Amino acid sequence: MEAETAPCFRTRHLHRFEAAGKAFLYLQNAAIFALDDPSRAILDLLEPEPRSRDDVMTALEPRWPAAALDEGLDELVRVQAVAPVDQASPEIPKVIPLEPFPLTTMVMNVTNQCNLACAYCYEYGEDKIVDTANGAQPKFMSALTAKQSVDFMFREAGPNKVVHMTLFGGETLLNLPVLKVAIPYARQRAIELGKRVEFNLTTNGTLLKPDAIDFLVENDVAVTISIDGPQEMQDTFRVFHSGAGSYDVAMPKIKELLRRHRTKPIGARVTLTSKTLDVHRMFRHLTEEVGFREVGFAPVTTSPDRQYAIEDGGFDTMLGQFRDLAEEFRDHAVENRHHAFANVKDTLEEIHKGVSKAYGCGAGLGLMGVATDGQVALCHRFAGSEDHSMGSVTDGIDRERQAEFLDRHHIENKTDCRTCWARPLCAGGCYHEAQTRYGTTEAPNLHYCDWIREWTDVCLRIYGELAERNPAYLARFEGRVTDEASQAS
Amino acid sequence: MKHLKPVNQKADRVERHIEAAAEAAASGEVVALQQAPLRPDVHVPLGCSFVFFPGWEVDVEGGTAGLCSPVERDLFDCHLGCFWPAQVPDQLNHAPDWTATCASAQKDWRKIDLIFP
Repeated sequence: MEAETAPCFRTRHLHRFEAAGKAFLYLQNAAIFALDDPSRAILDLLEPEPRSRDDVMTALEPRWPAAALDEGLDELVRVQAVAPVDQASPEIPKVIPLEPFPLTTMVMNVTNQCNLACAYCYEYGEDKIVDTANGAQPKFMSALTAKQSVDFMFREAGPNKVVHMTLFGGETLLNLPVLKVAIPYARQRAIELGKRVEFNLTTNGTLLKPDAIDFLVENDVAVTISIDGPQEMQDTFRVFHSGAGSYDVAMPKIKELLRRHRTKPIGARVTLTSKTLDVHRMFRHLTEEVGFREVGFAPVTTSPDRQYAIEDGGFDTMLGQFRDLAEEFRDHAVENRHHAFANVKDTLEEIHKGVSKAYGCGAGLGLMGVATDGQVALCHRFAGSEDHSMGSVTDGIDRERQAEFLDRHHIENKTDCRTCWARPLCAGGCYHEAQTRYGTTEAPNLHYCDWIREWTDVCLRIYGELAERNPAYLARFEGRVTDEASQAS
Repeated sequence: MKHLKPVNQKADRVERHIEAAAEAAASGEVVALQQAPLRPDVHVPLGCSFVFFPGWEVDVEGGTAGLCSPVERDLFDCHLGCFWPAQVPDQLNHAPDWTATCASAQKDWRKIDLIFP
């Protein structure tokens, strides 16, 4: 028989980063620890290959006392950064959320029609899931369905005191008459039920006529404008059915909205493609020249063979520019100043709380989309799709179907994500992106793993610097309600 | 902890958990669920490391516990980098997704369907 040897220790899946001259550790359970010199040296030693405790001592004792090394190694084991090689990795706990999970956000597609014909659009373009031109759904939601949707929202919100109602399309403002019924009705029902309702509306800006602006201002509706930046970029894809660009029509109206609507921040939401990838210029234009308070960017959702799909080199270009803006954001945050780059802030909040997601987002959990006929779907991007139906506004959420969906899409099922350190924040990514790329919502979005990891690393560095230089900035995230998609693990 | 300093809120919770466990241990109290049960089925071994070294088995983190057991694990152990191509579908050419429905071999091996070249 072999003599029993001392166990060797190995590092677990973790990510190390440096910020403000200090070393940090991001673990797969989403905890972040700052390392001192001995613990840092132990990790340096264990990362290339497993070593026994004696090896660690022999290698590092000349530099630090044995007691410090002993303690350092013990602490690394306790936080699960390091484990003996003969100990199995812990399983990801598969905790399906309690039922009935309350609805926090309802996204209502008040129309599936649009006055623009943006070439990359997931709703009408080449990658569409639902036939919106000749499909089964009515082109406009009726006032009755809208009221039923509001009733559905409050009913399914269960004990929640606050509900979010997001108005979406198509082009949302094409159905202004129904908005004028639905929003006051939701407001009135909220008062009767002792709840609070928050409104958000997404629009391309071309229909922001004075009475539409009046309505949005009076009802305190937060507005998100889909826009791609300066004229030549906006007019590349965001065109009318005739092919004419929409910049000249939308911009004066957007400026008027920004001038008059002061109670809620108005955000710009930019779609990035292989042809429109000058993030810096878009950002400067939308903030300094137009006056948006927040600007968020997202790469276009598309199958890989489309011309506008962003390829590998494009992701690098995008990342470099995101990094610059993120660093600007950091410099502002250190001095408690506002910066409009929205992509960083949400991630910082998730990092600070230590969100460890079981699901890539809240779709099918606390968020549902409603189609024009009142069908309830996974999210607004699946509204009208039979395959992704979750009930109807009259019959309520199909809880059996929801449970089955949550079981199938849990992070534990995503084998590919097991070894990834960015898993707590990404959890496999967007269901719609996966459907478009791989034909199933269950697939993790492997095409952007490298990009997600690099972007997460950027955000972690920013986080580390803020934790050192202005922790008060991060503390302001602490009172806020945790995202519904997250689960402490 | 002396050497690791918690930075975010999750790290605070981890530290409190560790301290509570240490206090409980010191007072001789038995606390349930302190240690996760060993679940060998979560391993995705790297096969036999290299084609010339059959039998050196480690999982993706370099761990050595519970490899190749139960026998369903062989399904995963012998594809990709290993040298038993005949007994599993050709992942590189014909069946790139043949394990897509099988997140955990021990539980899900029945979901793997027949594959015809």
